[in-house]
Amino acid sequence: MARARRPISPDTWRATGWALGVTAALAVLIVVGSRNLEHFDAALVGYTFAVLFATFGLTYRYAMWLRRPPTGVYWRRGWQAFFRPSRLGRNLGVGAKRVGSEVLANRFIFKRGTLRGVTHMLIMWGCLIAVAITFPLVFGWLYFRPVPGDLALYEAVVFGFAAFRFPHGSVIGFFLFHGLVWSSFLVIAGVMLAMRRRMREEGAAAVQRFAEDFMPLILLFAVSVTGLMLTASYTWMSGYAYGFIAILHAITVIGTFLWLPFGKFFHVFQRPAQLGVGFYKDAGRDSEPALCRRCGHAFTSRMHVEDLIEVQRQLGYRYEIAPSGGDGAAGAQVEHYQWICPPCRRASFVTAQALAWQGTRGGETLPTTGGPLPMPVFANPGLGEGPLGPEDAANFHP
Amino acid sequence: MPVPETLEFFIDPARCIGCQACVQACAECDTHRGQSMIQLDFVDRARSTQTAPVVCMHCDSPTCAEVCPADAIKRTEDGVVHSARKPRCIACNNCVLACPFGVPKMDTEAQLMMKCNLCYDRTSVGLKPMCASVCPSQALAFGTREEMARLRPNARPVNTFQFGAQTITTKVNLMVPADNVDWVDVTAAMHEPTVTHDLLDDVFGGDLYLDLLPDAVPLPDRPAQA
Repeated sequence: MARARRPISPDTWRATGWALGVTAALAVLIVVGSRNLEHFDAALVGYTFAVLFATFGLTYRYAMWLRRPPTGVYWRRGWQAFFRPSRLGRNLGVGAKRVGSEVLANRFIFKRGTLRGVTHMLIMWGCLIAVAITFPLVFGWLYFRPVPGDLALYEAVVFGFAAFRFPHGSVIGFFLFHGLVWSSFLVIAGVMLAMRRRMREEGAAAVQRFAEDFMPLILLFAVSVTGLMLTASYTWMSGYAYGFIAILHAITVIGTFLWLPFGKFFHVFQRPAQLGVGFYKDAGRDSEPALCRRCGHAFTSRMHVEDLIEVQRQLGYRYEIAPSGGDGAAGAQVEHYQWICPPCRRASFVTAQALAWQGTRGGETLPTTGGPLPMPVFANPGLGEGPLGPEDAANFHP
Repeated sequence: MPVPETLEFFIDPARCIGCQACVQACAECDTHRGQSMIQLDFVDRARSTQTAPVVCMHCDSPTCAEVCPADAIKRTEDGVVHSARKPRCIACNNCVLACPFGVPKMDTEAQLMMKCNLCYDRTSVGLKPMCASVCPSQALAFGTREEMARLRPNARPVNTFQFGAQTITTKVNLMVPADNVDWVDVTAAMHEPTVTHDLLDDVFGGDLYLDLLPDAVPLPDRPAQA
């Protein structure tokens, strides 16, 4: 019996549309930027198609990712928070500062560990420099030509417009032409540090996976080393095995691009969402707080609780609480469990268990006082043992 | 390596004596060195010694993972729900607020949610989690169902919890009376005040305390049951 084919969901159609649109836009830019492919290097066509495929895959995954209820809510709310008219100016300033400290300087990764921060900085900047050099070259957006009349000078042409000139034997020329060598040094050093950690740290060893954690390092290493072999071949070995190394390098680079949408590298495109989260939290701090319906303490913004209730409904969770005839001991109607703060959730959980044992283990229930129940407090709020930071302290209000 | 199927986590908060050994031991775990992931609260500091030791219950359908916008929280095939994957977590705080048991912690500076991962470096090779290995009253216990049945004949493990209209099942078990409890309604206890336990609390079974107390020490009166 033939299996009934599942209809393609509207989300899939929408994501495919976005992916096709963005890929087509890049293709148009390649044609325009290379002046009708006049300056397009045919030898690099494999790279171009790999990048176009990666663009399709990345856009498709990104669009599907945004369809998840929590992602969709944050995407919408993040932009709303950013474009608040009263805060737009300040948001632009704060946003630029956060891009500098968090994205470019990896501040939050240094907070996770200094060695981890150094490792990520080396890999990230190595990749960024390499991408900034190779993509414009591959797309024909950038090429170099000798200046007519002065053969000692080179001219960089960007999008068909002459940008700047430099003597090709100069220090500037040396650094420019070997840009990929410097970037590969950064990447290889970073990959070595990451590998060292993954091989020595018991905690990492327990949770790491080959495809997710080792594959990206192996790919980056392969791209860097084969790229360096090309330089070594033409600089010191009279081009020995250059053709073979060029194909090997192309395979590693194209393989990396084809894998880009599926594995760990997707975080490069996902990560900027933390900026949106920052604006959302700023908006939350400026607005009304949510008060726990058990202990009465503020624990996050009312907006956040209401958004989470909506997200949970969309996901099919049913944390709604049926009316219990008016009020509980706290004197407040709790229509949804999301109105209960994390410490009160823990207290409710253990109290439910203790009550199950009541009468068996000699427990005693104290009379209620009528007001909100007292706030549970950390047994040990010391460093590393209680909240992990100010936001955690607000969540747990110890 | 997955956690062996025969080994399970059993928690019995009523046995907790609030000694904080678990808090200290938890920080020794290699997967989150220096940070304690266990949540240990005084439920009502002024009126009771009741403490609430709560580890991640490792839900079969983890709300924390579902509400994560970055898809950063993963559950492995052995049922363990892990801390957020570091490249993905954007520190939105959704998981901290949505976890029905109030378990995850948030390190905003490091842009990272962290939580109990059942000491995966230990349990995946058959060892006890740090907290269970040091808990003197075995409020946090790790072993086989047979061991628990033998050691605690009056109790049985349940892993079904009710939060309003939502039923949550978990990998970690909660110990309840053997005879009359199949599931635990958490929200029903939400407005109940704290529970105290008198000196003669019977968590260790039988009249063990009588053997421990010198004859000269007068026994306090047991409070009347409600």
